[in-house]
Amino acid sequence: YALENIIHLKQIRHINIMLLISFVLMQDGVVLGADTRATSSEVVADKMCAKIHYIAPNIYCCGAGTAADTKKTTELLSSNLTIFSMNSGRNPRVVMAVNILQDMLYRYRGQIGANLLLGGVDCTGNHLYEVDPYGSVDKVPYIAMGSGDLAALGILEDGFKPDLELEKAKELVRAAIHAGIMSDLGSGNNIDICVITRRGVDYIRPYQDSEYKDNRYKKMKYKYRPGTTPVLTEKVVPLKLEVVQETVQQMDTA
Amino acid sequence: MNTRGLRSQLKDSIPVAGLCPQGQYGVQDSLRSGFTSAKNELLPSHPLELSEKNFQLNQDKMNFSTLRNIQGLHAPLKLQMEYRAARQIQRLPFLPSSNLALDTLRGSDESIGFEDILNDPAQSEMMGEPHMMVEYKLGLL
Repeated sequence: YALENIIHLKQIRHINIMLLISFVLMQDGVVLGADTRATSSEVVADKMCAKIHYIAPNIYCCGAGTAADTKKTTELLSSNLTIFSMNSGRNPRVVMAVNILQDMLYRYRGQIGANLLLGGVDCTGNHLYEVDPYGSVDKVPYIAMGSGDLAALGILEDGFKPDLELEKAKELVRAAIHAGIMSDLGSGNNIDICVITRRGVDYIRPYQDSEYKDNRYKKMKYKYRPGTTPVLTEKVVPLKLEVVQETVQQMDTA
Repeated sequence: MNTRGLRSQLKDSIPVAGLCPQGQYGVQDSLRSGFTSAKNELLPSHPLELSEKNFQLNQDKMNFSTLRNIQGLHAPLKLQMEYRAARQIQRLPFLPSSNLALDTLRGSDESIGFEDILNDPAQSEMMGEPHMMVEYKLGLL
Protein backbone atom coordinates (compact mmCIF):
# COMPACT_ATOMS: atom_id res chain seq x y z
CA TYR A 1 0.00 0.00 0.00
CA ALA A 2 2.75 2.40 0.91
CA LEU A 3 4.46 2.14 -2.47
CA GLU A 4 1.21 2.44 -4.33
CA ASN A 5 0.38 5.58 -2.46
CA ILE A 6 3.71 7.19 -3.24
CA ILE A 7 3.30 6.68 -6.96
CA HIS A 8 -0.23 7.94 -6.74
CA LEU A 9 0.89 11.16 -5.12
CA LYS A 10 3.33 12.15 -7.80
CA GLN A 11 0.80 11.86 -10.59
CA ILE A 12 -2.45 13.44 -9.51
CA ARG A 13 -3.17 15.99 -6.87
CA HIS A 14 -6.64 14.96 -5.81
CA ILE A 15 -7.74 14.67 -2.24
CA ASN A 16 -6.56 11.44 -0.74
CA ILE A 17 -7.58 10.03 2.52
CA MET A 18 -4.33 8.39 3.52
CA LEU A 19 -5.80 7.54 6.71
CA LEU A 20 -5.73 5.31 9.52
CA ILE A 21 -8.69 3.24 10.47
CA SER A 22 -8.92 0.27 12.68
CA PHE A 23 -11.65 -2.04 13.81
CA VAL A 24 -11.93 -4.47 16.62
CA LEU A 25 -14.51 -7.15 17.25
CA MET A 26 -15.47 -7.09 20.87
CA GLN A 27 -17.80 -9.03 23.10
CA ASP A 28 -21.13 -7.76 21.89
CA GLY A 29 -20.33 -5.48 19.02
CA VAL A 30 -17.77 -3.79 16.87
CA VAL A 31 -15.56 -0.79 17.58
CA LEU A 32 -14.44 1.33 14.66
CA GLY A 33 -11.90 4.11 14.88
CA ALA A 34 -10.44 6.60 12.46
CA ASP A 35 -8.33 9.73 12.37
CA THR A 36 -9.64 12.86 10.68
CA ARG A 37 -7.01 14.05 8.25
CA ALA A 38 -7.44 14.24 4.47
CA THR A 39 -4.38 15.19 2.43
CA SER A 40 -3.80 16.47 -1.06
CA SER A 41 -0.18 15.55 -1.72
CA GLU A 42 1.76 17.34 1.04
CA VAL A 43 -1.01 19.67 2.13
CA VAL A 44 -3.64 18.81 4.69
CA ALA A 45 -6.89 19.33 2.83
CA ASP A 46 -9.33 18.65 5.63
CA LYS A 47 -8.56 18.61 9.34
CA MET A 48 -11.93 17.34 10.47
CA CYS A 49 -12.99 14.97 7.76
CA ALA A 50 -15.47 12.24 8.60
CA LYS A 51 -14.10 8.87 7.57
CA ILE A 52 -16.69 6.69 9.24
CA HIS A 53 -19.65 6.54 6.86
CA TYR A 54 -23.18 5.40 7.54
CA ILE A 55 -24.34 2.42 5.55
CA ALA A 56 -27.31 1.13 7.53
CA PRO A 57 -28.51 1.66 11.11
CA ASN A 58 -26.44 -1.35 12.13
CA ILE A 59 -23.59 -1.14 9.64
CA TYR A 60 -20.90 1.50 9.43
CA CYS A 61 -17.98 1.70 7.04
CA CYS A 62 -14.58 3.34 7.14
CA GLY A 63 -13.04 4.43 3.89
CA ALA A 64 -9.41 4.96 2.89
CA GLY A 65 -8.08 5.95 -0.50
CA THR A 66 -9.53 8.67 -2.68
CA ALA A 67 -11.96 10.78 -0.65
CA ALA A 68 -14.59 11.20 -3.36
CA ASP A 69 -14.52 7.53 -4.28
CA THR A 70 -15.10 6.32 -0.74
CA LYS A 71 -17.86 8.84 -0.13
CA LYS A 72 -19.77 8.11 -3.33
CA THR A 73 -19.33 4.36 -3.12
CA THR A 74 -20.61 4.23 0.45
CA GLU A 75 -23.55 6.45 -0.44
CA LEU A 76 -24.49 4.21 -3.35
CA LEU A 77 -24.11 1.16 -1.13
CA SER A 78 -26.28 2.72 1.55
CA SER A 79 -29.01 3.60 -0.97
CA ASN A 80 -29.01 0.13 -2.48
CA LEU A 81 -29.19 -1.53 0.93
CA THR A 82 -32.07 0.71 1.98
CA ILE A 83 -34.01 -0.12 -1.18
CA PHE A 84 -33.34 -3.80 -0.63
CA SER A 85 -34.43 -3.78 2.99
CA MET A 86 -37.62 -1.88 2.11
CA ASN A 87 -38.36 -4.38 -0.65
CA SER A 88 -37.77 -7.49 1.38
CA GLY A 89 -38.79 -6.20 4.81
CA ARG A 90 -35.55 -7.48 6.36
CA ASN A 91 -32.74 -5.68 8.11
CA PRO A 92 -29.62 -5.54 6.00
CA ARG A 93 -26.76 -7.87 6.87
CA VAL A 94 -23.09 -7.08 6.62
CA VAL A 95 -22.51 -9.83 4.04
CA MET A 96 -25.06 -8.19 1.74
CA ALA A 97 -23.17 -4.93 1.86
CA VAL A 98 -19.91 -6.73 1.23
CA ASN A 99 -21.28 -8.56 -1.79
CA ILE A 100 -22.72 -5.43 -3.36
CA LEU A 101 -19.42 -3.64 -2.83
CA GLN A 102 -17.41 -6.50 -4.22
CA ASP A 103 -19.48 -6.63 -7.41
CA MET A 104 -19.25 -2.91 -7.93
CA LEU A 105 -15.53 -2.62 -7.27
CA TYR A 106 -14.62 -5.63 -9.38
CA ARG A 107 -16.62 -4.27 -12.29
CA TYR A 108 -14.45 -1.16 -12.29
CA ARG A 109 -11.22 -3.14 -11.98
CA GLY A 110 -9.69 -1.08 -9.20
CA GLN A 111 -10.19 2.29 -10.89
CA ILE A 112 -12.38 3.28 -7.96
CA GLY A 113 -9.79 3.92 -5.26
CA ALA A 114 -11.79 2.88 -2.24
CA ASN A 115 -10.36 0.70 0.52
CA LEU A 116 -13.30 0.02 2.77
CA LEU A 117 -13.65 -1.61 6.14
CA LEU A 118 -17.22 -2.66 6.87
CA GLY A 119 -18.32 -3.46 10.35
CA GLY A 120 -21.70 -4.14 11.82
CA VAL A 121 -24.00 -6.15 13.97
CA ASP A 122 -26.84 -8.09 12.44
CA CYS A 123 -29.02 -11.08 13.27
CA THR A 124 -26.15 -13.47 12.55
CA GLY A 125 -23.66 -11.78 14.85
CA ASN A 126 -20.84 -9.20 14.75
CA HIS A 127 -18.86 -8.98 11.56
CA LEU A 128 -15.82 -7.18 10.24
CA TYR A 129 -14.87 -7.23 6.56
CA GLU A 130 -12.13 -5.58 4.57
CA VAL A 131 -12.69 -4.80 0.87
CA ASP A 132 -9.85 -3.79 -1.45
CA PRO A 133 -10.26 -1.52 -4.50
CA TYR A 134 -9.99 -4.52 -6.79
CA GLY A 135 -12.79 -6.32 -5.02
CA SER A 136 -11.05 -8.84 -2.77
CA VAL A 137 -12.69 -9.44 0.57
CA ASP A 138 -11.25 -10.55 3.89
CA LYS A 139 -13.18 -11.39 7.06
CA VAL A 140 -11.11 -10.44 10.08
CA PRO A 141 -11.40 -10.05 13.87
CA TYR A 142 -9.32 -6.85 13.84
CA ILE A 143 -7.74 -4.79 11.11
CA ALA A 144 -6.03 -1.50 10.41
CA MET A 145 -5.81 0.10 7.01
CA GLY A 146 -4.30 3.17 5.47
CA SER A 147 -0.92 4.76 5.35
CA GLY A 148 -0.42 4.46 9.09
CA ASP A 149 -1.59 0.89 9.35
CA LEU A 150 1.76 -0.67 10.25
CA ALA A 151 2.07 1.14 13.56
CA ALA A 152 -1.60 0.62 14.37
CA LEU A 153 -1.47 -3.06 13.51
CA GLY A 154 1.43 -3.50 15.91
CA ILE A 155 -0.66 -2.16 18.78
CA LEU A 156 -3.65 -4.24 17.72
CA GLU A 157 -1.64 -7.45 17.42
CA ASP A 158 -0.24 -6.90 20.87
CA GLY A 159 -3.41 -5.94 22.66
CA PHE A 160 -6.16 -7.88 20.91
CA LYS A 161 -7.92 -10.68 22.74
CA PRO A 162 -11.17 -12.28 21.68
CA ASP A 163 -14.23 -10.98 23.57
CA LEU A 164 -12.88 -7.72 24.90
CA GLU A 165 -15.08 -5.49 27.03
CA LEU A 166 -16.31 -2.21 25.65
CA GLU A 167 -13.97 0.15 27.47
CA LYS A 168 -10.91 -1.98 26.83
CA ALA A 169 -11.81 -2.25 23.14
CA LYS A 170 -12.27 1.51 22.82
CA GLU A 171 -8.94 2.10 24.55
CA LEU A 172 -7.22 -0.41 22.28
CA VAL A 173 -8.55 1.24 19.13
CA ARG A 174 -7.66 4.68 20.44
CA ALA A 175 -4.11 3.56 21.25
CA ALA A 176 -3.73 1.98 17.82
CA ILE A 177 -4.83 5.11 16.01
CA HIS A 178 -2.72 7.28 18.23
CA ALA A 179 0.33 5.20 17.36
CA GLY A 180 -0.49 5.57 13.68
CA ILE A 181 -0.95 9.32 14.00
CA MET A 182 2.40 9.69 15.69
CA SER A 183 4.35 7.71 13.12
CA ASP A 184 2.70 8.71 9.86
CA LEU A 185 2.43 12.05 8.09
CA GLY A 186 -0.73 11.10 6.26
CA SER A 187 -2.71 10.65 9.46
CA GLY A 188 -3.41 13.13 12.17
CA ASN A 189 -5.72 15.50 13.99
CA ASN A 190 -8.60 14.05 15.97
CA ILE A 191 -9.71 10.51 16.60
CA ASP A 192 -13.28 9.40 15.93
CA ILE A 193 -14.73 6.27 17.46
CA CYS A 194 -17.91 4.47 16.51
CA VAL A 195 -19.30 1.67 18.66
CA ILE A 196 -21.92 -0.58 17.12
CA THR A 197 -23.82 -2.98 19.36
CA ARG A 198 -27.11 -4.77 19.15
CA ARG A 199 -28.67 -1.97 21.19
CA GLY A 200 -27.54 0.78 18.87
CA VAL A 201 -24.75 2.92 17.56
CA ASP A 202 -22.59 5.35 19.49
CA TYR A 203 -20.73 7.62 17.08
CA ILE A 204 -18.31 9.66 19.18
CA ARG A 205 -16.86 12.43 17.13
CA PRO A 206 -14.30 13.43 18.27
CA TYR A 207 -13.32 10.83 20.81
CA GLN A 208 -10.03 12.50 21.41
CA ASP A 209 -8.97 15.94 20.25
CA SER A 210 -5.50 16.42 18.90
CA GLU A 211 -3.02 18.11 21.25
CA TYR A 212 -2.02 20.49 18.51
CA LYS A 213 -5.50 21.78 17.88
CA ASP A 214 -5.74 25.38 16.79
CA ASN A 215 -7.42 27.09 19.75
CA ARG A 216 -7.67 30.40 18.03
CA TYR A 217 -10.85 29.30 16.27
CA LYS A 218 -12.78 29.46 19.49
CA LYS A 219 -11.66 33.02 20.15
CA MET A 220 -11.99 34.33 16.61
CA LYS A 221 -15.54 35.23 15.86
CA TYR A 222 -16.54 36.47 12.46
CA LYS A 223 -19.93 37.78 13.48
CA TYR A 224 -19.85 41.44 14.44
CA ARG A 225 -22.54 42.98 16.54
CA PRO A 226 -24.52 45.86 14.98
CA GLY A 227 -22.81 49.16 15.70
CA THR A 228 -19.24 47.89 15.38
CA THR A 229 -18.68 50.03 12.33
CA PRO A 230 -19.62 53.65 13.17
CA VAL A 231 -22.11 55.28 10.80
CA LEU A 232 -20.86 58.70 9.68
CA THR A 233 -23.71 59.98 7.45
CA GLU A 234 -26.98 58.64 6.19
CA LYS A 235 -28.88 59.82 3.12
CA VAL A 236 -32.21 58.41 1.92
CA VAL A 237 -33.36 59.06 -1.67
CA PRO A 238 -36.77 57.63 -2.62
CA LEU A 239 -36.88 56.23 -6.15
CA LYS A 240 -39.49 57.74 -8.42
CA LEU A 241 -41.25 54.91 -10.25
CA GLU A 242 -43.74 55.51 -13.03
CA VAL A 243 -46.22 52.93 -14.18
CA VAL A 244 -45.42 52.20 -17.83
CA GLN A 245 -47.82 49.41 -18.67
CA GLU A 246 -50.53 47.61 -16.83
CA THR A 247 -52.11 44.35 -17.93
CA VAL A 248 -54.83 42.49 -16.12
CA GLN A 249 -55.23 38.76 -16.62
CA GLN A 250 -58.29 37.02 -15.25
CA MET A 251 -57.57 33.97 -13.13
CA ASP A 252 -59.61 30.95 -14.07
CA THR A 253 -61.27 30.11 -10.78
CA ALA A 254 -63.95 27.79 -12.19
CA MET B 1 -20.04 -16.07 -28.47
CA ASN B 2 -17.20 -13.70 -28.94
CA THR B 3 -14.08 -15.57 -27.86
CA ARG B 4 -11.53 -13.00 -28.95
CA GLY B 5 -12.52 -10.83 -26.06
CA LEU B 6 -12.55 -7.09 -25.88
CA ARG B 7 -9.64 -6.67 -28.27
CA SER B 8 -11.93 -7.60 -31.13
CA GLN B 9 -14.10 -4.59 -30.45
CA LEU B 10 -11.32 -2.17 -31.25
CA LYS B 11 -12.03 -0.55 -34.55
CA ASP B 12 -9.88 -1.37 -37.56
CA SER B 13 -10.45 1.86 -39.43
CA ILE B 14 -12.04 5.24 -39.05
CA PRO B 15 -13.24 7.72 -41.67
CA VAL B 16 -10.55 10.32 -42.27
CA ALA B 17 -11.81 13.67 -41.03
CA GLY B 18 -9.94 15.81 -43.51
CA LEU B 19 -11.61 14.40 -46.61
CA CYS B 20 -15.29 14.49 -45.50
CA PRO B 21 -15.60 16.75 -42.46
CA GLN B 22 -18.85 16.59 -40.50
CA GLY B 23 -19.22 20.30 -39.82
CA GLN B 24 -21.04 22.93 -41.83
CA TYR B 25 -19.61 24.33 -45.06
CA GLY B 26 -17.28 21.35 -45.33
CA VAL B 27 -15.01 22.51 -42.52
CA GLN B 28 -13.98 20.42 -39.49
CA ASP B 29 -16.29 21.40 -36.63
CA SER B 30 -13.86 21.67 -33.71
CA LEU B 31 -16.45 23.13 -31.35
CA ARG B 32 -18.77 20.13 -31.54
CA SER B 33 -16.57 17.19 -32.35
CA GLY B 34 -13.25 18.33 -30.94
CA PHE B 35 -9.81 18.18 -32.46
CA THR B 36 -9.10 15.33 -34.84
CA SER B 37 -6.91 12.53 -33.59
CA ALA B 38 -6.84 9.18 -35.28
CA LYS B 39 -5.44 7.57 -32.12
CA ASN B 40 -8.43 8.63 -30.03
CA GLU B 41 -10.84 7.08 -32.50
CA LEU B 42 -9.03 3.78 -32.84
CA LEU B 43 -7.68 3.10 -29.36
CA PRO B 44 -9.71 3.33 -26.15
CA SER B 45 -8.90 6.39 -24.07
CA HIS B 46 -9.55 4.64 -20.77
CA PRO B 47 -8.71 1.09 -19.72
CA LEU B 48 -12.34 0.47 -18.84
CA GLU B 49 -13.91 2.07 -21.92
CA LEU B 50 -14.54 -1.11 -23.91
CA SER B 51 -15.47 -3.11 -20.84
CA GLU B 52 -18.04 -0.56 -19.70
CA LYS B 53 -19.52 0.08 -23.13
CA ASN B 54 -20.49 -3.56 -23.44
CA PHE B 55 -21.06 -4.35 -19.80
CA GLN B 56 -24.84 -4.73 -19.95
CA LEU B 57 -24.59 -6.69 -23.18
CA ASN B 58 -22.05 -9.10 -21.73
CA GLN B 59 -24.04 -9.56 -18.55
CA ASP B 60 -27.12 -10.40 -20.58
CA LYS B 61 -25.18 -12.85 -22.73
CA MET B 62 -23.80 -14.60 -19.67
CA ASN B 63 -27.17 -14.78 -17.97
CA PHE B 64 -28.96 -16.07 -21.05
CA SER B 65 -26.29 -18.64 -21.66
CA THR B 66 -26.52 -19.92 -18.08
CA LEU B 67 -30.31 -19.93 -18.30
CA ARG B 68 -30.16 -21.92 -21.52
CA ASN B 69 -27.91 -24.50 -19.90
CA ILE B 70 -30.15 -24.88 -16.88
CA GLN B 71 -33.67 -24.63 -18.26
CA GLY B 72 -33.37 -25.23 -21.98
CA LEU B 73 -33.67 -23.05 -25.03
CA HIS B 74 -37.19 -21.80 -24.38
CA ALA B 75 -36.26 -19.78 -21.28
CA PRO B 76 -33.85 -17.29 -22.89
CA LEU B 77 -36.03 -17.13 -26.02
CA LYS B 78 -39.11 -16.09 -24.07
CA LEU B 79 -37.15 -13.61 -22.02
CA GLN B 80 -35.53 -12.09 -25.07
CA MET B 81 -38.92 -11.71 -26.68
CA GLU B 82 -40.10 -9.78 -23.65
CA TYR B 83 -36.97 -7.62 -23.74
CA ARG B 84 -37.54 -6.76 -27.37
CA ALA B 85 -41.14 -5.80 -26.69
CA ALA B 86 -40.17 -3.65 -23.72
CA ARG B 87 -37.40 -1.96 -25.67
CA GLN B 88 -39.93 -0.66 -28.17
CA ILE B 89 -41.78 1.39 -25.58
CA GLN B 90 -40.14 4.74 -26.11
CA ARG B 91 -41.06 8.40 -26.20
CA LEU B 92 -40.48 10.58 -29.24
CA PRO B 93 -36.87 10.40 -30.46
CA PHE B 94 -35.69 13.71 -29.02
CA LEU B 95 -37.16 13.15 -25.52
CA PRO B 96 -35.56 10.99 -22.81
CA SER B 97 -37.47 7.75 -22.20
CA SER B 98 -37.89 6.22 -18.79
CA ASN B 99 -37.51 2.60 -19.97
CA LEU B 100 -39.54 1.48 -16.98
CA ALA B 101 -40.66 -1.85 -18.44
CA LEU B 102 -37.12 -2.70 -19.49
CA ASP B 103 -35.76 -1.78 -16.06
CA THR B 104 -38.36 -3.91 -14.33
CA LEU B 105 -37.55 -6.91 -16.51
CA ARG B 106 -33.85 -6.49 -15.89
CA GLY B 107 -34.26 -5.90 -12.18
CA SER B 108 -32.37 -2.64 -12.32
CA ASP B 109 -35.37 -0.68 -11.00
CA GLU B 110 -34.38 -1.81 -7.51
CA SER B 111 -30.78 -0.68 -7.54
CA ILE B 112 -28.99 2.62 -8.00
CA GLY B 113 -25.79 2.72 -10.02
CA PHE B 114 -23.59 5.35 -11.57
CA GLU B 115 -25.76 5.39 -14.69
CA ASP B 116 -28.60 6.79 -12.58
CA ILE B 117 -26.57 9.57 -11.04
CA LEU B 118 -24.26 10.64 -13.84
CA ASN B 119 -25.20 11.62 -17.37
CA ASP B 120 -28.83 12.29 -16.53
CA PRO B 121 -30.55 12.82 -19.91
CA ALA B 122 -32.88 15.37 -18.31
CA GLN B 123 -29.83 17.58 -17.68
CA SER B 124 -28.20 17.05 -21.04
CA GLU B 125 -26.97 20.23 -22.72
CA MET B 126 -27.53 19.04 -26.26
CA MET B 127 -30.91 18.24 -27.70
CA GLY B 128 -31.68 16.87 -31.10
CA GLU B 129 -33.62 19.00 -33.53
CA PRO B 130 -37.20 17.71 -32.89
CA HIS B 131 -38.66 17.98 -36.40
CA MET B 132 -35.68 16.41 -38.12
CA MET B 133 -35.46 13.55 -35.64
CA VAL B 134 -39.12 12.65 -35.97
CA GLU B 135 -38.92 12.86 -39.78
CA TYR B 136 -35.84 10.64 -39.76
CA LYS B 137 -37.60 8.11 -37.57
CA LEU B 138 -40.67 8.04 -39.80
CA GLY B 139 -38.48 7.63 -42.84
CA LEU B 140 -39.56 10.87 -44.48
CA LEU B 141 -36.09 12.39 -44.44
